[in-house]
Amino acid sequence: MPSRRRSLTGWGLTNGTVADVLELPNHEVASALKEAGSRGALVRGLGRSYGDAAQNAGGLVLRLLGAAHQAVLDPQRATVTVPAGVSMDDLLRVIVPRGFFVPVTPGTRFVTIGGAIASDIHGKNHHGEGSFGNHVESLTMLLADGSQVVVGPLQRPELFWATVGGMGLTGVILDATISLIPIETSRMSVDTTRIADLDTLLATMTEGDDDYRYSVAWIDPQAKGRSLGRSVLGRGDHARLDQLGPKEAIEPLAYDAKQLVTVPPLVPRMGFINHATVAAFNEMWYRKAPRHRVGELQGIATFFHPLDMVSRWNRIYGAHGMLQYQVVVPFGAEETMRGVIERFAASGTASFLAVLKRFGPGSLAPMSFPAPGWTLTLDVPAATGGLGDLLHSLDRLVLDAGGRHYFAKDSVTTPEAIRRGYPRLAEWKAIRDAVDPTGLWQSDLSRRLGLTD
Amino acid sequence: MDNALGEPQTILLLGGTSDIGLAIVRELLSPSARTVVLACRDRAKGEQAAAGLRHDNLVVDVMQFDGAATDTHEAFVRDVADRHGDIDLAIVAFAQLGDGEATSKDIEGAAALAHVNFTGAVTATIAVANRLRAQGHGAIVLLSSVAGERVRKANAVYGATKAGLDGFAQGLGDELAGEGVHVLVVRPGFVHSAMTAGMKAAPFATTPEKVAEVTAKGLRSGRRTVWAPGILRFVFMALRHTPGPVWRRLPLG
Repeated sequence: MPSRRRSLTGWGLTNGTVADVLELPNHEVASALKEAGSRGALVRGLGRSYGDAAQNAGGLVLRLLGAAHQAVLDPQRATVTVPAGVSMDDLLRVIVPRGFFVPVTPGTRFVTIGGAIASDIHGKNHHGEGSFGNHVESLTMLLADGSQVVVGPLQRPELFWATVGGMGLTGVILDATISLIPIETSRMSVDTTRIADLDTLLATMTEGDDDYRYSVAWIDPQAKGRSLGRSVLGRGDHARLDQLGPKEAIEPLAYDAKQLVTVPPLVPRMGFINHATVAAFNEMWYRKAPRHRVGELQGIATFFHPLDMVSRWNRIYGAHGMLQYQVVVPFGAEETMRGVIERFAASGTASFLAVLKRFGPGSLAPMSFPAPGWTLTLDVPAATGGLGDLLHSLDRLVLDAGGRHYFAKDSVTTPEAIRRGYPRLAEWKAIRDAVDPTGLWQSDLSRRLGLTD
Repeated sequence: MDNALGEPQTILLLGGTSDIGLAIVRELLSPSARTVVLACRDRAKGEQAAAGLRHDNLVVDVMQFDGAATDTHEAFVRDVADRHGDIDLAIVAFAQLGDGEATSKDIEGAAALAHVNFTGAVTATIAVANRLRAQGHGAIVLLSSVAGERVRKANAVYGATKAGLDGFAQGLGDELAGEGVHVLVVRPGFVHSAMTAGMKAAPFATTPEKVAEVTAKGLRSGRRTVWAPGILRFVFMALRHTPGPVWRRLPLG
């Protein structure tokens, strides 16, 4: 198995490091791990985490080959067993035409199932259905000692929950059995509301989110003063058969998600993103949204994965790349969240498409990000002047309010911030150390944030 | 590990009492910084420098290091890594200035200067580069000098060592380009510092802080060479092509 020394980055295209990269099927993983040296090994999925979570500088990085046709669907129980290296994109193409949907999808379908579990991803339905790990029945894992085990909420639950959200640092997820949502159609029935300010948005979401399976708000991060937090709130559910028009009802489960264009690699060094282009975009996004529209039918890709229509959109930020700042603050800390949005708006940072989501209860996993409260997500060009000072000061606000950072997005914060934000870190480390006493599993993220010290 | 903003967690300063080196360290300190290693010949002076950097969340370790003792460099870097883990940024800042034209006539003095400034800097840099290559990431800042861009009669030996080191650093930078290791060559002009105390300042004289700003910017933007101040790049472009009879008469200190 020839490995190739390659420079890897996350989706933010920042902070590349070099590792030996090996693509291989599941049954070859155990022997490949014998090649791992003192810098250890890590599995990388599709590289959609924004920072350094799927990098292992100087070590071994494995990419698991897996095909969606290997997925085994059990329509009676509404579950699927799927190799961890399969992408959600491929899985959806198999299960949607057969009347099923993934239990949780993030804002892109280009993630692997293994990555979805390792990051314990969340989606627009978190307020009602929780994160991805809540819908995993069992996992087959390869541990550092070469043994293969099956874990789940009822089988070795400690190791299972340490692996959910464990960022690949407890072992290799080889395959997973997940429960699915039965759907009658491949369309979404969507209500869209334009909202003038943050207070109205929070009140609207608090009152109405529970009437919808899916809910998320796009905020204009540059609006200030009375318009602070102006937003477009989109909420909906899978459309029932009786909600489709006669034309759509002919093929109710048709699913063909397309990528329309690709951003070429030859973007100017400074990128296309600056305060002027972003302000114009955010204004347009807000203005084009309807004041209030009910029951609009949208495709799955339009509703869940709008950015996937532009392949490699991360390139528009130019040579310096971008980062995504995502934090959660508990209910009651709304003023902290307002402060974070205010400081972003005041800093003149060219951030577009900020997202606000109301989380429901957290999961049992000690390293899982979602917790009851509000999560805010902002994209920022990494070359923004003074960004370090801004983000470190926002970190203090967020941590003082009892909030925390999302490992799949983080590329900037510090070990201290993680210790404060994840009070169960020591508990997780103890479980991890027991199954990996020699420290085989390592990543740039684990080194930077002291997860495996 | 550096973060996405290029803020290093662990910085190694070879020449731990260098004014320019320390200014670069200060410029790059952020809430992400965890460890600074000051590698110096004179521990007492190193401890003074460390006192100026230390705060609650920053470990400053003063370690004995001799730029001239080339056979110790590999073991030294291993020792640093054993104690502090990955080295995110190494600054090669140790050098001696010598005694100008006197050094050009003093065989032993010239040999000693060339040994520390060139041979020692090369071996120390290779020791660091080998570590960074193995860890798959990191950056090396080498303090060159405009004195090496066109060597002057006033400090021929010093200028020649910087010319040699500058050339080595560029070649090494190209060699490491695909290895996740970034090499930045810094070419300051006359810098007001302990090294130049009492000397007459040359035109476009600058300060360690200014050099540090330029260096930090160069690191962030992935540059291979920076000049401090930036105008010197154009000044020396002209000076390189100045005819010898004119060059020799220029009042360059």
